[in-house]
Amino acid sequence: MQVPVPFDYERATSVEHAIGLLARLGPSARLVAGGHSLLPMMKLRLANFEYLIDINDLHNKLGYVKVEPTQIRIGAMTRHRELLESPELLRSFPIFHDAERVIADPLVRNRGTIGGSLCQADPSEDLCAVCTTLDASCVIRGLDGERVVRMADFYRGPYETAVGDAEMLTEVRFPLRPHGSSAYEKVGRRVGDWAVVSCGAAVWMDDGVITDARVGLAAVGPNTTGIPAISQALRGRPPSQDLYAEAGAIAADYCTPVTDQRGSAEYKRHLAAELTRRAMRRAVARVHGREL
Amino acid sequence: MQVTMIVNGERVTRDVEGRLLLVHFLRDHLALTGTHWGCDTSNCGACAVWLDGEPVKSCTVLAAMAAGHEVRTVEGLEQLGELDPIQRGFMHCHGLQCGFCTPGMLMTTRALLDSNPNPSEQEIREAISGQICRCTGYASIVRSVQWAAAEESGTRTSTVDPASVRSEPRSRERTADRP
Ligand SMILES: Cc1cc2nc3c(=O)[nH]c(=O)nc-3n(C[C@H](O)[C@H](O)[C@H](O)COP(=O)(O)OP(=O)(O)OC[C@H]3O[C@@H](n4cnc5c(N)ncnc54)[C@H](O)[C@@H]3O)c2cc1C
Ligand code: FES
Ligand code: FES
Repeated sequence: MQVPVPFDYERATSVEHAIGLLARLGPSARLVAGGHSLLPMMKLRLANFEYLIDINDLHNKLGYVKVEPTQIRIGAMTRHRELLESPELLRSFPIFHDAERVIADPLVRNRGTIGGSLCQADPSEDLCAVCTTLDASCVIRGLDGERVVRMADFYRGPYETAVGDAEMLTEVRFPLRPHGSSAYEKVGRRVGDWAVVSCGAAVWMDDGVITDARVGLAAVGPNTTGIPAISQALRGRPPSQDLYAEAGAIAADYCTPVTDQRGSAEYKRHLAAELTRRAMRRAVARVHGREL
Repeated sequence: MQVTMIVNGERVTRDVEGRLLLVHFLRDHLALTGTHWGCDTSNCGACAVWLDGEPVKSCTVLAAMAAGHEVRTVEGLEQLGELDPIQRGFMHCHGLQCGFCTPGMLMTTRALLDSNPNPSEQEIREAISGQICRCTGYASIVRSVQWAAAEESGTRTSTVDPASVRSEPRSRERTADRP
């Protein structure tokens, strides 16, 4: 029977309380949100902590999807299921709906949170790829107040983020820009499994021409990766099958997959190209109000 | 530490370690062994119970995290000595063989029918996609849920009763004879 090493358990009653506890207890303490990454790791003793600070009571404050004129704000405790079922997200960022349908399974989605996903920083984390694609920013709270970190600067390596020991992620912000849409494609070995490769794409268009495009890949590098070269190559050009193929080729070139039990590096590179192509094609169709 | 929660409508209080998982709390401290425990990787779903009305994997929730909340296990499905329609569906349509996955399957599919009384086959398969059954190939589980849905909406007639279409008379008698 796999159980975690003994630890002390505390419940945070507010964000300030959680941060105060983290500051007092130091690096031997961890926040537990949905617990669906942390507890499996602790059961297998891949991670051991002396204190767990449960932040689930903060769901009523930090579980939300708020639409504003220029951005959508999502609270860190918003659960996968709430993201999947949000009509606002479906309308503005259909990529969330695509991704959430294939993240784990309905039971896991009832617990896991967006904050936990981003802070876990697994190279295969699907929501990290979504947030990278949408150029999100993370609001990080510490003893001295708040700072905002772009996704491009959020990851420091596998399982490492810009969130410090006595800090907490409280919100993720997504800029709203007109005439755009998005999509997500994932290949897994079986239902509910982590990605072999997955890819998000977002495009914005004006007058038949792509004004901006972003791609975010998961499971093909130390962290989910945005690919600026794709954005540069696509801006100012009309969409076409050839252009999607070009974007795919850049993705395959740029990514750094490794061979593991989910597939060979070569196969993953092939998937990076193919999924980039498919996600771009679907995102562009959606800009025109069509579903493929 | 002391935890208090409502389990199947009853308030329970126990002294536990912070690291105790909800599944072991239910099985070892409350002797509710209907909830099964089948893996160490949060993959099998045999441990599914309801936490505040939503199915969760109880091996991936601390007992301490459930304190102050409401838990419902397979033992809580039966009401006033009557099996829940979902339980009867699994009986009628042979939704189980060894039965190891069954408590979890019953809890997720009960939740499904509560929110979606007439699910499609795809929706049923999605609802149980976090659970593994090594015996049935899932087909009979899907039929069991469809049986319960029809039973609850009053649209089940003898001609659409999958048990009457698909099973041998002998096995039907055996099912009916069970206590
Ligand atoms: C069977 C299974 C299959 C899965 N499949 C997938 C999949 O296909 N794709 C996928 O993307 N994910 C998958 N996951 C992971 C799932 O999405 C997790 O829920 C998610 O990664 C973590 O969210 P959580 O809220 O459970 O985080 P937790 O496990 O509670 O926390 C994870 C880490 O983040 C830290 N943390 C949490 N919240 C905060 C915060 N607000 N501020 C600072 N630090 C914080 C914790 O201290 C911990 O270090 C799977 C999980 C399981 C169990
Ligand atoms: S025991 Fe396998 S998922 Fe909980
Ligand atoms: S009936 Fe044996 S595992 Fe499902």
